Amino acid sequence: MTKIAFPHMGDYHVPANYLLSHIFPNTEVIKAPKITSKTIELGTEHSPEFVCTPFKYTLGTMIECLEKGADTLIQMGGGCRYGYYSELQDKILKDIGYNCKVINLVTEGKTNIKRINNLLKSIEPKYSKIKALYYGFITFKMVKYMDKIDDYIRENIGFELKKGSFESLKEEMLIAFTHIKNYKDLKKTYKRYLDKLHKIKVHKPDNRIKIGIIGELYTIMEPFSNYFLEKELAKHHIEIKRFTNVHYLLFEKSHKYKKYKKYAKEYFKYNMGADASDNIARCKYLCREDYDGIIHIKSSFCTPEIGAMPIINKIANTYQKPVLFFSFDSATSETGIKTRLEAFYDMLEMRKDK
Amino acid sequence: MNRVGIPRSLFYYYYKDLWIDFFDSLNIPYIISPNTNKNIMSRGETVANDEMCLSLKNYLGHIDYLKDKCDYILVPRIRNFKNNNQTCTNFWAIYDIVKNLFNVNILNYNIDLEKKQTLKKGLFKIGKELNKNNHQIKKAYKYAITKEKKRIKQNHIINQNKLKSKKKKILIVGHPYNLYDELIGKDIIKYLIKNNIEIIYSDKFDSKITNPLSKKISKDLYFKYSKDNLGAIAYSEKDINGVIFISSFPCAPDSLANELAMRKIKLPYLNLVIDNNSSFTGLETRLESFLDMIGGKLND
Repeated sequence: MTKIAFPHMGDYHVPANYLLSHIFPNTEVIKAPKITSKTIELGTEHSPEFVCTPFKYTLGTMIECLEKGADTLIQMGGGCRYGYYSELQDKILKDIGYNCKVINLVTEGKTNIKRINNLLKSIEPKYSKIKALYYGFITFKMVKYMDKIDDYIRENIGFELKKGSFESLKEEMLIAFTHIKNYKDLKKTYKRYLDKLHKIKVHKPDNRIKIGIIGELYTIMEPFSNYFLEKELAKHHIEIKRFTNVHYLLFEKSHKYKKYKKYAKEYFKYNMGADASDNIARCKYLCREDYDGIIHIKSSFCTPEIGAMPIINKIANTYQKPVLFFSFDSATSETGIKTRLEAFYDMLEMRKDK
Repeated sequence: MNRVGIPRSLFYYYYKDLWIDFFDSLNIPYIISPNTNKNIMSRGETVANDEMCLSLKNYLGHIDYLKDKCDYILVPRIRNFKNNNQTCTNFWAIYDIVKNLFNVNILNYNIDLEKKQTLKKGLFKIGKELNKNNHQIKKAYKYAITKEKKRIKQNHIINQNKLKSKKKKILIVGHPYNLYDELIGKDIIKYLIKNNIEIIYSDKFDSKITNPLSKKISKDLYFKYSKDNLGAIAYSEKDINGVIFISSFPCAPDSLANELAMRKIKLPYLNLVIDNNSSFTGLETRLESFLDMIGGKLND
């Protein structure tokens, strides 16, 4: 029996798990252990020196999954060198001595249905395409609902009256999502939790601080890799706006890009790779709306974002908005981040009081 | 007079002869920035972002040098060459980075074969921007491209002949903008020549022959310039004594592709990553011991 596993990214293991266990009834899906500092150590030890950090995180998780008994690993890819991770990771794992198969679903940031079909066949030759389409549809809807709920939580979590109420409700919802039977069921569950969510009491003062977070996709979506930045901000009672999520990457990016290009045409003419151009346009948007500050996060050595940074800086200068850059590495110190964040927060408060 | 500035970095090393032939044939005056020196590099570092790769910093330094010495600066943009042949994302972004960082007139063309943006179209575009008519441009393009094709063939033959040499042969794997840059790779090459090594350059092969061979080392690779590199290794593997990888810190495609190559080839290799603090003395010791090792292997 094949045992399949995949690296973490935020809470998206819930829909991914759901999809895989439904289309491959004869395959065991192994849940990747939570990322810890041990994971990162493992990943860093076996990674090339100046590769970007997601490589190290995912490699660490892969090793831990293999230790748990997995033999087939699934890796995704983005429009930058992310798409090329899997071949090297495969080689590294084999060199360490694991006998495993690494499947890369997306290369060059493009999804090719035919290729994916062949890859899925290699996991379980007799998988049913109709079933895969049906459960794929449910999974994508699940992702959409999760992202919607996350957006709401991000805007409100800093102002909850009873601490932890949003988080516990979300955990409850994720568990409920794993037991969904069909689309109708999913929709009902979503509505139920949405109602509950709206009932959670919040106190939002008018002069609250609003921050937009932009940056590289993995670091944004995997809270461990950004040292739980969003939680830290919520502690300071800050409203958070974030654009990147899986739904955006899968379904909105291609048509939104055209809008972005038009919107920020004075700052970029060409696609600058991965989410770089998107972030430039978002930066302009945040500057023009009533946001108080911008935080740009990325993993170190993320080439597309490095290219976008001088332009983001320029926009922020033009509009006189403060922007804070974070570059996360496996060796980043948590205190350093907290101190810089605190200083940034103090500055925003001072600007607000003026 | 419309003088065009050509930065001696990145694209220059791929297209220099083609550009020069093209501009000469059109009678357009141009200025090429001098070989990279400490001043140019530090100019680049001031303008650039800390984390940018050394080659990109270098490029920005050359632009900074040229900015008040000409009317246009030639900054192309290269995205892909079709069929899983894309470039590093810095090559995608470079136009917009320069545009935002400098207040200069840019002469730009875009190579994106997936969207049918070819080199030919690009050269026609800049020719027109410089007020030349279709007929003139056509003639210049034909002249430049035929010479370019001849040059590629010749280089390939030279490299092939070198592979038959009786001296110790080392394949230098790296991007031409690093290998031939005065500050980044020149010293290494000078050192090897001094030590009577036959140097084979990874970029001087005909990429039509080497690119398919890169599949031997990496199946999924989609970076065109890394394909050139790995293909060169696969092509010459049997005839060489060792491989030296030269890359600039922190090159994105090299960090993965070179690592994979190093794990797969069975030849002795040396990996040199150059950053702005590299001193040649440090590199020299490493080169020396590498040459020793290769020598030892030959005598066995």
